[in-house]
Amino acid sequence: MSSITDVAPVAATRTPEGRPRRTRKPRSGPLLGLLAWVIGFLFVVPVLWMVLTSFHSEEDAATNPPSLAAPLTLEGYREFFGVGTGTNPWPSLLNSLTASVVSTVIVLLLALPAAYALSIKPVRKWSDVLFFFLSTRMLPIVAGLLPIYLFAQWSGLLDNIWLLIVLYTAMNLPIAVWMMRSFLAEVPVEMLEAAQMDGAGLLRTLRAVVAPVVLPGIAATSLICFIFSWNELLLARTLTGTVAQTAPVYLTGFVTSQGLFLAQVCAAAFAVSLPVLIAGFAAQDKLVQGLSLGAVK
Amino acid sequence: MHPRTRSALAVATTTVLTVGVTGCAGWGGGPTGGGPDTIDVLMVNNPQMVDLQQLTAEHFTAETGISVNYTVLPENDVRDKISQEFSSQAGQYDVATLSNFEIPIYARSEWIAPLDEYVAADPEFDQDDVLAPLTASLSGDDGRLYGEPFYGESSFLMYRRDVLDAAGITMPDAPTWQEVADIAAQVDGAEPGMAGICLRGQPGWGQVFAPLTTVVNTFGGTWFTEDWQPQVDSAEFRDAVQFYVDLVREHGEVGAPQAGFTECLNNVVQGNAAMWYDATSAAGSLESADSPVRGLMGYAPAPVVETDSSGWLYAWSWSIQQASSKKDAAWEFVSWASSQEYEELVGAELGWSRVPAGKRASTYENPDYLAEASAFAEPTLAAIQAADPNDPGVQPRPAPGIQFIGIPEFPDLATQVSQDVSSAIAGQMTVDEALDRGQQLAEDVAARYRERESG
Repeated sequence: MSSITDVAPVAATRTPEGRPRRTRKPRSGPLLGLLAWVIGFLFVVPVLWMVLTSFHSEEDAATNPPSLAAPLTLEGYREFFGVGTGTNPWPSLLNSLTASVVSTVIVLLLALPAAYALSIKPVRKWSDVLFFFLSTRMLPIVAGLLPIYLFAQWSGLLDNIWLLIVLYTAMNLPIAVWMMRSFLAEVPVEMLEAAQMDGAGLLRTLRAVVAPVVLPGIAATSLICFIFSWNELLLARTLTGTVAQTAPVYLTGFVTSQGLFLAQVCAAAFAVSLPVLIAGFAAQDKLVQGLSLGAVK
Repeated sequence: MHPRTRSALAVATTTVLTVGVTGCAGWGGGPTGGGPDTIDVLMVNNPQMVDLQQLTAEHFTAETGISVNYTVLPENDVRDKISQEFSSQAGQYDVATLSNFEIPIYARSEWIAPLDEYVAADPEFDQDDVLAPLTASLSGDDGRLYGEPFYGESSFLMYRRDVLDAAGITMPDAPTWQEVADIAAQVDGAEPGMAGICLRGQPGWGQVFAPLTTVVNTFGGTWFTEDWQPQVDSAEFRDAVQFYVDLVREHGEVGAPQAGFTECLNNVVQGNAAMWYDATSAAGSLESADSPVRGLMGYAPAPVVETDSSGWLYAWSWSIQQASSKKDAAWEFVSWASSQEYEELVGAELGWSRVPAGKRASTYENPDYLAEASAFAEPTLAAIQAADPNDPGVQPRPAPGIQFIGIPEFPDLATQVSQDVSSAIAGQMTVDEALDRGQQLAEDVAARYRERESG
């Protein structure tokens, strides 16, 4: 997602207490800075183009070469929000929100204890366990699609948002465990020992010592899980119908093989990516810390 | 804000959001299917369907009390989903848009419900008004009717009358492909950036092979003989494909290997092509009120070589899933959407150029429609009536279909061959290479049928 990639990664800039940490390295030269901006810009260009096209009329959007200075219109957004067309995006958006938020919360509830048992207090054969988590991601989802579909049909779960919640939880859990494990591994053992020496119990250690250090990690993990669930199309398209349809499925509905649709699709795509963009910007601070923490180590 | 306060706030917000959202589990929580007066419809996202969606609540639900939930998907996705849904008889959808390609195949597998009894009990629907080639192509091998057309189309040649006039060329009443190629050479570049002709080159059985199979038919070629001998590398098939590839390479549009229906429509509307051989339904867009080429177009029958006519036949149609528990309500919907009354409703509410035409004889007697569509109404009707899915070429065929062969393997076969043909249009492969590979693929399919017939 460009909302993440367009931010140049920086080293952890705060101490565990939240105070700015003095960076040891000197600032890099202006050339590298320029390069970072250029690369960042290249990542954002398709999104900018999509946003611009979404405000054009269908005819202007279809011209070749593209007309950048064409007059702006809200027609595409009117179509998306179903003004006078008998369609309504809200049920799909709410379905997506339900599936993404609920599955992310379940993933976190399950991944945190698992990651704790794999890093701070490692269980026996913890590396095998870790590999087992990862191996569940090695089967391509499409290979499991038919059995899942038949099971859903048999159990009456077709077109039910809870089925997607369960699948998205399963889909994101291994990633979350791996990410959270690397964040928890950041907690210095000395800090835990010091807390123990001072007489803090497990809960107090978790709340007062571990939580402040891993909060950026939790934010980054939640956002990644949220984005993966929000953008998932294959399972949603196969397993939902009129009731549990999610936003990406609704979005594909604007593509037609007869007639023009580019402006409409751009408007719909922008509207659908807006919640993720907002979530990304809101958590930007934590995210940069979280992502760079994980990436550096 | 202090970082810790901010994190606390973030956690609180997430909690509130979660509780709030799970609280409204009405979106998707419950069992599917809705009430007895709700039907679910799975349909392709074509403009005519979008219009239907817009008119349903006020004009169908208000009168019948039946509400309709639509799922709208792009063509390839909708085909996947329909075959998945209908082959498993999941019963999630009561009605789906199928074409005259799928309907006989689905009927054979008993995935869709016969409609004869509904038609017989509903004289108002007036099945005799539906054009005969369509009724025939929407019937199963058992002679029963399995689908009602929403709109039908054939193919014809669309050309810029003004450009041809300026070049002193008159389009023959029944042009041959050679005449069309000559005209394309003459008008190529008549205006800056204008190609002589636009022809589809995009891979896909429903893209390049829709027009191209009609060219093969009229050149005397066929995919298979009646006794399942593949003919993809026959001289006639080869000549037809070579002709098509040469024409589009020499006088065709820019970017032809990626051009499909939409791209060609854009090209013609923007004045980048002088002629276009494609679906009759395109004429509605070319003659719509905001089209720059409105009133400038002429329409001629599909060009021929050895046959008398060569236009295809295609109809997006409604079928009812066999597993549906709401077939009566589904028929109410189908009979409304395919009715003459619905066409009049579209004409009055949205304009006559948007009528889902090409299926009923009465449409072509309606003065309101003719006033709007006079330029292409008569050529369209003539093209559909001339189409014969059971005898589209010079030799008997093993399965019905004009621009396709009505067997489940055809989409896969033709899509694979189309990728090579598209490469040939791009100049990366010769037609001979493309068709030699195609012949092998066709032989695999044919061998299975020969085995089945001998066994």
